Amino acid sequence: MASLKDLANRKEGLSGGHRACIGCGATIVARQIMLASPDPVVVVSATGCLEVTTTIFPYSAWNVPFLHNAFENAAATLSGVEAAYNAFMRKGKIAKKINFIAFGGDGGTYDIGFQSLSGAMERGHNLLYVCYNNEAYMNTGVQRSGATPRGANTTTEPVGKVRQGKVKFQKDLTAIIAAHNIPFVGQSIVGNWADLTRKAEKAFATPGAKFINVLQPCRLGWAYKPEETAALGRLAADTCVWPLYEVEKGILKVTFKPREKKSIMDYIKKQDRFRHLTRPENAGLVAEIQAEIDRRWELLISKDGKQLY
Amino acid sequence: MAVAAKTGNEAMAEAMRQINPDVVAAYPITPATEIVMIFAQFVADGLVDTEYVPVESEHSAMSACVGAASAGARVMTGTSSQGLAYMYEILPIAAALRLPIVMCEVNRAISGPINIHCDHSDTMAARDFGWIQMFSENAQEAYDNTLQAVRIAETVKLPTMATTDGFIISHCMERIETLEDDQVKDFIGEYKLTPSLLDIENPTTRGALDLQDYYFEHHVGVGEAMKGARSIIKSVAEDFNKKFGRKYDLIEGYKLEDAERVIVALGSTCGTLRAVIDELREKGAKVGLLKIRVFRPFPADEIAKALSNCRSVAVLDRVEPWSGVGSQTFVEVRSALFNLAKKPKLINYMYGLGGRDISLKELAGVYENLKKADSLQEVNYLGVGE
Ligand SMILES: Cc1ncc(C[n+]2csc(CCOP(=O)(O)OP(=O)(O)O)c2C)c(N)n1
Ligand code: SF4
Repeated sequence: MASLKDLANRKEGLSGGHRACIGCGATIVARQIMLASPDPVVVVSATGCLEVTTTIFPYSAWNVPFLHNAFENAAATLSGVEAAYNAFMRKGKIAKKINFIAFGGDGGTYDIGFQSLSGAMERGHNLLYVCYNNEAYMNTGVQRSGATPRGANTTTEPVGKVRQGKVKFQKDLTAIIAAHNIPFVGQSIVGNWADLTRKAEKAFATPGAKFINVLQPCRLGWAYKPEETAALGRLAADTCVWPLYEVEKGILKVTFKPREKKSIMDYIKKQDRFRHLTRPENAGLVAEIQAEIDRRWELLISKDGKQLY
Repeated sequence: MAVAAKTGNEAMAEAMRQINPDVVAAYPITPATEIVMIFAQFVADGLVDTEYVPVESEHSAMSACVGAASAGARVMTGTSSQGLAYMYEILPIAAALRLPIVMCEVNRAISGPINIHCDHSDTMAARDFGWIQMFSENAQEAYDNTLQAVRIAETVKLPTMATTDGFIISHCMERIETLEDDQVKDFIGEYKLTPSLLDIENPTTRGALDLQDYYFEHHVGVGEAMKGARSIIKSVAEDFNKKFGRKYDLIEGYKLEDAERVIVALGSTCGTLRAVIDELREKGAKVGLLKIRVFRPFPADEIAKALSNCRSVAVLDRVEPWSGVGSQTFVEVRSALFNLAKKPKLINYMYGLGGRDISLKELAGVYENLKKADSLQEVNYLGVGE
């Protein structure tokens, strides 16, 4: 695996001076994924914070070829780019190895872009799809998505007199994509560069369709101090709210097991989107959330080292 | 030159084989399915070296086309009706990125309710998305238009659709003349988009966020390209005629020179109208046909000129756009005539929706009505039941 020093010496795919919020985790995801590629990359991004904050015409923060098409079709668009590359390879018009990366937010991945993603995975294009998952539609002002956790306050499933934010737990997209029987699927976090880099390197070294789901603390939607992005990411792993694992050729491996599993309350207290959960009358809801997180974590541990697909 | 019996779909698929595009991404829909089915067989048999992407939807088909064309590939797809509608979101993106994607589009009614037969409601609804649009009268034109579409799209740098009429052309066997493979190769030439998204030494950002300060200018740019497309389409047609002896233009007149009454139409109905006009002419009627081959860019000047000396005109449109003021072609022809000092009387007929047949008798009736056009209302239906 590339050392931190190696990575620091590589050329950045995304330069500074873009318009993302201070402390935004999305740009960290994009930078670290691109740094992990030993070969040149071509990037397609879905509509969302990452694209909108980095490409305000006539400026661009991208040092690599970049294409944005629409909100829900990054995977399909990149399928086309990769198809063109294959055609040129076959006709001898191009010889260089290129890695193809799609970036999509959770909205553009879990919800509206799900069909396009599933199709691209099933067809087995040689590309890596990365979901920078901030658990809501941030670009349009913190609306709920299929990735929003139970109890989170969003503008389309807000906290009110009779409802306490998102009613249902989020869907497990990583597992759903793993069930496509693709060669590599990973789940990682902002704040653990080594875990993310290792997974990205594995993905780039594996031919075929790959998917990595990265939990990304978002300043606006989660509401925390800008300097805490990485620490908050690590806390998500320490509480097992966001387990780090991978499914490689069908075998599941948990890549991080906290020495001491922290309580969900530690995580909740740090973020304004969960503020209402700290009220005594919501203790029951917190217990429910804790129970579901424990259940999902234990299920995952029980599968550790096993062939799933 | 070879003579063969082919359906419109077979003719378009054959053109695609000869074009041998770098990438084809498509999803099946009646009555266009066959085009891609036949093409997939060419891929399976190694007759083309196309990268074929059988996507999970039309939305993804057009998205993949945008990706592939941005990478510098010669790209084609085919669709119809709901499939085209499912692409609508991506069509103007393809145009704004100036990508010369070529589409074989088979005109079919739009839901709802669902109907698989021919009208032009799908293609007409896509008229304002920056795509050049060509209508074919028969399988021969479907073949010729597909070939010309490649040259046109790549010269204008705008996506282009060549359309046929669902079932009427797509599934009816006709005699067509096809070109030799190397004639096609020579006619369309090599395509090279510079710069390409795959140029990693010179990275480009495409599809950027385009706010108040530039979006307008970029839209104007596409508009200017569309305006300029007129002369390019003409010159491609001239070259086609010079090389292969088949004449095309933006519009086409049939017995138009001395015509006092003119019927304007698009697509397969023009074939029926030729027979009607022949019959009427034998009885001494001064009637002619104006066929619109290219609908986008709209050949307004050419139409105004062609209609300036006649007395009354009927515009036939195979679509009812629910606008309350008549169909698309009618509205555009009317505005094309606005600046004429002496205008013909203009009436609109919407006909043939959802595959409703149009008979020789009904078309002859249109001519009868043109003789008393002054007393008619402007917007009419033809062949609609009570
Ligand atoms: C078809 C369509 N519907 C809605 C939108 C509006 N829209 C743009 S970005 C976005 C949300 C993006 O959320 P997500 O994918 O989670 O990315 P984030 O903004 O969080 O980075 C929405 C709803 C759109 N551009 N296109
Ligand atoms: S809203 Fe969130 S995801 Fe968007 S730029 Fe700000 S921190 Fe990043």
